[in-house]
Amino acid sequence: MSDRIREELERWEKTTLNKAVSKSPERQPSFQTTSHIALKNLSTPLDVEGADYCRELGFPGEFPFTRGVQPTMYRGRFWTMRQYAGFATAEETNNRYKYLLNQGQTGLSVAFDLPTQIGYDSDHPLSDGEVGKVGVAIDTLQDMEILFDGIPMDKVSTSMTINSTAAILMAMYIAVAEKQGVKSDLLQGTIQNDVLKEYAARGTYIFPPHESMRIVTNIFAFCKNRVPRWNSISVSGYHMREAGCTAVQEVAFTLADGIAYLEAAIQAGLDVDTVASRIAFFFCCHNNFIEEVAKFRAARRLWATIMKERFKAKKEESCMLRFHTQTAGCSLTAQQPDNNVVRVAFQAMAAVLGGTQSLHTNSRDEAYALPTEDSVRLALRTQQIIAYESGVADMVDPLGGSYVVEALTNEIEGKAVEYIKKIEAMGGAIQAIESGYIQKEIGESAYQYQKEIEANKRIVVGINRFQMEEKPLTDILRIRPEVEEYQKEKLSRVKKERDNAKVKETLALLKKAAQGTDNVVPPILEAVKAYASLGEISDALREIFGEYRQSN
Amino acid sequence: MARKIRVLIAKPGLDGHDRGAKVIARALRDAGMEVIYTGIRQTPEQIASAAIQEGVDIVGLSSLSGAHNKLFPKVVQILRERGAADILVFGGGIIPVNDIPALKESGVLEIFLPGASTEDIIQYIRDNVQE
Repeated sequence: MSDRIREELERWEKTTLNKAVSKSPERQPSFQTTSHIALKNLSTPLDVEGADYCRELGFPGEFPFTRGVQPTMYRGRFWTMRQYAGFATAEETNNRYKYLLNQGQTGLSVAFDLPTQIGYDSDHPLSDGEVGKVGVAIDTLQDMEILFDGIPMDKVSTSMTINSTAAILMAMYIAVAEKQGVKSDLLQGTIQNDVLKEYAARGTYIFPPHESMRIVTNIFAFCKNRVPRWNSISVSGYHMREAGCTAVQEVAFTLADGIAYLEAAIQAGLDVDTVASRIAFFFCCHNNFIEEVAKFRAARRLWATIMKERFKAKKEESCMLRFHTQTAGCSLTAQQPDNNVVRVAFQAMAAVLGGTQSLHTNSRDEAYALPTEDSVRLALRTQQIIAYESGVADMVDPLGGSYVVEALTNEIEGKAVEYIKKIEAMGGAIQAIESGYIQKEIGESAYQYQKEIEANKRIVVGINRFQMEEKPLTDILRIRPEVEEYQKEKLSRVKKERDNAKVKETLALLKKAAQGTDNVVPPILEAVKAYASLGEISDALREIFGEYRQSN
Repeated sequence: MARKIRVLIAKPGLDGHDRGAKVIARALRDAGMEVIYTGIRQTPEQIASAAIQEGVDIVGLSSLSGAHNKLFPKVVQILRERGAADILVFGGGIIPVNDIPALKESGVLEIFLPGASTEDIIQYIRDNVQE
């Protein structure tokens, strides 16, 4: 069979193809994906020759999960439509959440402002100008009570993009749920809790890596007992991709981080299968459609293999790479912003064809500011159109079996394995980050990408081709500057009204736990319930753990 | 021989999005300038001090977090207070167009938006700094 195809392919190349190309050559001398994987003009059965279908692809819902983590995929239930949202105050964000849920969104995703993410209260000097800007400002439990007011926490699942202060925000979530009469074992959601990528790309670290990993594993242990349906980490490639790395690097660096977390959990005495089944992942979906679809499939198969071979996972569930996807923020242009709607739609479609479990679609105006309500609705509608109208959700892994998709899946997996081996040789992801290797790789790719655009080797519509005179977008979301003052007043009121002796006592207990080997999450929960502020709790931990400083 | 232009690229505030700052720092270096990059999480105070200590000609500020209205003018103000008004300041990032006039009025010379090319920025610096 393949001999015949090979002969026929050669004949076609020599005759039909050759004739066409000599008459009018292809647009470029060569083609490649964004990860520099060479693309031939045609893939055939020869590209997947010798593939073992049952071993490499198998069936959805079964190892190695190449074709999807659920047997029915979106025929059973659509992915969760989860728009990342948060701005200004808890009051305003609560309104946006209710709006989004009314519009058919099926889960919440909280964006916190930078002070909240880095452990500063709104009245800290370093918070100046940042309060309520990239997300909602949360200083005490009171803000969290307002944020989830009227939202049924036993029904809605909530994802929180929170890392260094993840334990504090999760504790607040649990405390608010308790007040709603919802026990913690019913809560469903995710905390990002992925500090490693903060050192590599996103920058909201507080403590040194070793101490951060201790908190992460404390959270794993706490969740196992108290919040068993909660994803205790979302290992994220998104931010490294946004910082400039390629699709292959995204898979490699993310899974390398995943390995580091599992190693840390094992060292902390936790059982692989218990931890692994609560690990979620988070990827970006960029423009190169087929490469992105292949990337998700490759990541799934590779993680399954790592779990089985390296970690000897016993449960199938531990081998499942479940992931959230966000479309690529860095692909949005300020020029001709309506074009972003189209970019987002293609990226979202690729994420769905790649088998995502939940999805955030970016809004058209995000190269200018946080999105307006109208823009967010359009972004959500984009997902709904893919789900209800496009038909792609009616089939499981519809691109599986495409010669080029399978070949690219193999190639991305192979190249990611090479990277992971290299990182392992350095001593693992923590060392690779501490030595600056990952940062350097990301920076290098980002610079190449920019140079390709400026040399017109890469075309971005509206940037280096098809430009036009236009008025810049001015109808955008503004965060009122009064938010900062309002937030400070709220905080000072809470500090006056709470039982300050109780706060002192809980913070002292937290420090004691941090100094020793006890889990820090239970004392954080007690401090939160006493209305200790996020800044106070973070400061208590800073005192014991110290702070990380980036070297340049 | 012409003296090399000295540039400080800085990230004021808590924003950790440093892709743009790093790409620009490298492009300016490749264009023959001497570039110091501060890293993330710098206060306006730290940035102004670094600019003066390093004797730079121009400071490029990058912020994607929306804190530019407060932080960019502060850098200019501190430079002036310290008698270093000759150090020029430009900026870039996710900055609404409506904010640009006030930023310029405060002494920020130019704002570059997403999509700006490194060539534009290199040219801008060469045009504005006396070599």
